[in-house]
Amino acid sequence: MQFLISMHINPAVLDALTDEEKRAIGEGHGRFMADLKESGEFVLTQALVDPSQAAVVSVRGGQPVVTDGPFLEAKEFLGGFYLVDVENRERAVELAARIPDAAIEGLGVEVRQVMFSDGQLEA
Amino acid sequence: MSGTPGRPAAARTGFEDLLRELAPQVLGTLVRRHGQFEGCEDAVQEAVLAATVQWPEEGVPDSPRGWLVTVASRRLIDQMRSDHARREREAALAAEQAAEPAREDVPGTDDTLILLFLCCHPTLTAASQTALTLRAVGGLTTAEIARAFLVPEATMAARISRAKQRIRAAGGTFTLPEDAEREERLRVVLHVLYLIFNEGYTASSGDELSRPDLAREAIRLVRMVHAQLPDDGEVGGLLALMLLTHARRDARTTASGDLVPLDEQDRSRWDRAMIDEGTALVKAALADTTLGPYRLQAAIAATHANAATAEETNWTQVHALYLVLERIAPNPMVTLNRAIALAEVEGPEAGLGLLATLDGDERMAGHHRLLSVRAHLLEKTGDAPGAYEHYRRAAKATASLAEQRYLEARASRLKR
Repeated sequence: MQFLISMHINPAVLDALTDEEKRAIGEGHGRFMADLKESGEFVLTQALVDPSQAAVVSVRGGQPVVTDGPFLEAKEFLGGFYLVDVENRERAVELAARIPDAAIEGLGVEVRQVMFSDGQLEA
Repeated sequence: MSGTPGRPAAARTGFEDLLRELAPQVLGTLVRRHGQFEGCEDAVQEAVLAATVQWPEEGVPDSPRGWLVTVASRRLIDQMRSDHARREREAALAAEQAAEPAREDVPGTDDTLILLFLCCHPTLTAASQTALTLRAVGGLTTAEIARAFLVPEATMAARISRAKQRIRAAGGTFTLPEDAEREERLRVVLHVLYLIFNEGYTASSGDELSRPDLAREAIRLVRMVHAQLPDDGEVGGLLALMLLTHARRDARTTASGDLVPLDEQDRSRWDRAMIDEGTALVKAALADTTLGPYRLQAAIAATHANAATAEETNWTQVHALYLVLERIAPNPMVTLNRAIALAEVEGPEAGLGLLATLDGDERMAGHHRLLSVRAHLLEKTGDAPGAYEHYRRAAKATASLAEQRYLEARASRLKR
C-alpha cells in the first residue's frame, strides 16, 4: 500500500537552525532516500519552493484572479513529500520517524494512505 | 527504459501465454543444473525479454523451451564471466556442462511448485513474495510487475533483487520442503496467490487498461498448483473461490466505475462457465473430510453464485458455512460477514447484536467494513439517522475511492 509522508515546514523554525543543523537535515534526507531505494519502497519524492513564492488562483464571475500566496494563513506549510510503497501502516510510520524533520520541534511529519493514483511512474 | 512500457505490443498477442508457461520450466531446468537461484532467475528474465524482441521478427523457434534454455544459459555464463570473484565457479560450470550436455527435455512439472515454495519463502514480506512469484513463476517482466503495483521499475527491481538475496541468506534451496514443513509452506504459497488475486480484484487506479490483469494471472498460477496437487482440498477451494469471485467481475461495477452491491447485480452478466467450473471444484473439495478456510469461502461464494435472484439466496446455508468458518479460522472479518447472513435469516436486530460483539475488538475499531455493515443493518431496521451517520463515517474510513462513492451515495439516499 502506498502512503504519502508529507513534511510540514515552518520557515521561521528553519531559519533559526544553524548551518550544521541544516546540513545534517540535508544529509539525513539523502540517507533516507538511498535507504528507501535500496529496500524497494521508494516511489517518488518532491520538495516545494518557499511558500512566499506561491500564487493563489481563484475564479470569480468566470474570471481568474491571481494573488500572491500562500493561501493558508498558517505558520506551517507543505514543504515536500515522500511517496512510499510499504507493507502496512506501521512500516510507513516507522519510516516517517526516520525523517530528520520529525526530530525537530516545530516541524511536522504526517502519514496518510493513498486512495487513488494516476500518471506515469517512471521515476 | 523510460517510454517503453515493458514488452513490445506485438508480444502481447500470440506467444505471450507460451512464454509465461515456459518461464518457470526454463528456470527450473537452469537451477537444477547450476544451482544459484539468483543468477538463474536474472538470466531467464533476460531470455524472456530477448524472446519478446526476437520472436515477433524471426518467428517462434521449433523448440521454444530449448531456445530459452540455451539463451538463458548463455546469459548466465556471460554474467559469471564478467564477475571476477566467481572465476572458480565458472570453471566448475564449464566442467559440469562438458560432462552433462543435455537434460533439458525432462519436463519440469515439479519445478513450478518448487519455485513457488522458494518465491514464497517465509522470511520475505508479502510484497516481496508477490513480486518474486509474478516474475519467476508468472513470467512477468519487472516493468509489468512495477506497473501492476504502481511503483517505479527501479523500485520493483530493488525489491526483487533484495528478495532473492534474502532467500539465499536464509538458506533457501531448490527442493520441496519436507513433509512436516510442506503443509505450512503451501499455506503461505496459497496466501500469496490470494493476495495477487485480491490486488487485481480491488485495484483502484487511474489507468486500468495498461496494468496486467493480476486476477487472471493469479487464477492461472493456482491452476498450475491444482494440476500438480489435485487432491489438496484447499488448493481446489482457492481456485474455486477465485473463479466464483471473478465470474461476477463484469456485474460488479457500472460503466462509470461505480460499485454495484451483490443484491443489485445483473446476474445474467455473471460468467456461467466460470461459476460451473468453480461449483464443481467446491463439491470435489468438500468431499475431503478435513475442512479449510478457502473451500468454505468458496462454498459460500457458490451458494451466492447459484441463486437465480438475490431473494432466492439460501441465507441459512450461508450462515451455517460462516459458523463453521468462524470455528476453524476465527477472525473478526468472518464474524462481520456472518452478521450479514444472520440478519437475513433472523432479522437486522440479530445481525446488529452480533456486530456489537466486535466493538471491543481492536482490529476492528473504526474499520470501514464494520461501519458500513452496521449502516446497512440500521437502514433495514428503519433507523435512517443512525444509518446515515454510519455510512458517512464508513465513507471517511475507506481507502477505496469506488467504495467511498458508493457509501456516500447510500448516505445521500437517506438524507431527504
